Amino acid sequence: MTTLEPGVRIEVDGVPHAVPAGATVAAALLNAGVSGFRRAVSGTLRAPLCGMGSCFECRVRIDGVPHRRACMEVVRDGMEVRTGA
Amino acid sequence: MLERHSADVVVVGAGPAGVAAACAAAEAGRRVLLLDEGVRPGGQIWRHAVRSGLPRPARRWLDRVDRSGATFTGGTTVVDGAPGRLLAERQGQPLEIRAAALVLATGARERFLPFRGWTLPGVVGVGGAQALVKGGLDVRGARIVVAGTGPLPLAVAAALRTAGARVSTVAEQAPARAVARFAAGLWRTPARALQAIRYRATLAGTRFRTGTWVAAAEGQDRVIGVRLTDGRRDWSEPCDWLCAAWGLIPATELAAVLGCATRDGAVVVDGALRTSVPGIWCAGESVGVAGVEAALVEGEMAGVAAGDGPPRAGLAGARQRHRGLARRMEAAFALRPELRSVAEDDVLACRCEDVPLGAARAAGSFREARLHTRLGMGACQGRVCGSALEFLLGWEPPAVRPPVLPARAGTLLAMTAQPRRDS
Repeated sequence: MTTLEPGVRIEVDGVPHAVPAGATVAAALLNAGVSGFRRAVSGTLRAPLCGMGSCFECRVRIDGVPHRRACMEVVRDGMEVRTGA
Repeated sequence: MLERHSADVVVVGAGPAGVAAACAAAEAGRRVLLLDEGVRPGGQIWRHAVRSGLPRPARRWLDRVDRSGATFTGGTTVVDGAPGRLLAERQGQPLEIRAAALVLATGARERFLPFRGWTLPGVVGVGGAQALVKGGLDVRGARIVVAGTGPLPLAVAAALRTAGARVSTVAEQAPARAVARFAAGLWRTPARALQAIRYRATLAGTRFRTGTWVAAAEGQDRVIGVRLTDGRRDWSEPCDWLCAAWGLIPATELAAVLGCATRDGAVVVDGALRTSVPGIWCAGESVGVAGVEAALVEGEMAGVAAGDGPPRAGLAGARQRHRGLARRMEAAFALRPELRSVAEDDVLACRCEDVPLGAARAAGSFREARLHTRLGMGACQGRVCGSALEFLLGWEPPAVRPPVLPARAGTLLAMTAQPRRDS
């Protein structure tokens, strides 16, 4: 595995995190201990399943844009992520 | 304002097939546009944060496509189209792309089957786990169980071990005799046999159980264990991650929306990778799952044809060999019928709209289930439940309607402005 050095700062639900540059938002969130990415119709928490953009379980709000697939986006410095929608 | 692009050859999907197609068409002197949802070329199998971490053949192909003159446009989702014309979305903005020739290399995704607890955080796909690790997920010290079928679970288990995880068990649903028969046939393809030996060495200390599958995932807010079964008895194993998927299935949605014929879940092509629609070729996993070598050969063939380049020797023969191996693999790792009775009726079949399997079953067909339960109407558009219910209930998969992936309102407006083909 390629080890990535923390190089980017993002905010997850208002809390700052140092994450590796080049990481996907999904990986960054999981590493930060986020377990629930979105809330399902019936109220349970969901997290990434397919990891490659087809299941939509990992969708979060990124910089104000809702329903972004966390597994398909790469972290950017200053990115604001909201989970639990 | 609708951004417009055009090229002689547009390739959709930048995995091995798409990369090889783009190389071949660009090397024939064509203006080539290579599109992918990912930010970098490589697709899922060559997904990477830094190219130096990739195996040498992957780096060679990616360097070659850089030099070929083809233009790579990442972060681009194709949502609709007609022959000669695609509508895509990039960073929320619509994009119209015109192409004289189109090569579809949309690859495959994993087949998921429902089981109790499969919606718990920490339950991921097999390839899904690998994609997350390639995306930077830290699995050092994590306890992982991998369950599935075919060569992918072993490859992923080896990769997870290398990344520092403790993989306790790899559960293969196929019976031991089928796996043994397939493994014995590997002498025909020395590269694969060598790979198998390497996995085995990496996986010392990991149990490999054939004839074993997932009965349920355990946990309240997150997975803490898995119940495995061999059909006679079942037992629990603790885990921090459960990686479970049942093989790969071709991604055919875009081809179907463009009017290309599909059969048995794959895009229909002739010996020259032509689809049923003139000017559209298809290569790699979307014409039938056969692995990276087949995808490279087919991509090259499709790229040469779409770019009207001089024929290259040896490709058709190589394609036949790879496809032959894929057929043997499919037979060896056929899904066992017991997998149809793993999930009880209260387990969710549709994870987007939270429709239980029993409610789906009662509806009787995809059409009825859509009308009465909203099954398959959520964000994934039936990508997960479609292939599951095809296997579980023998349902005809749902017809694909544009947009093939959820798109923003502005993109949908651009789509309605686009003249539709007759349907």
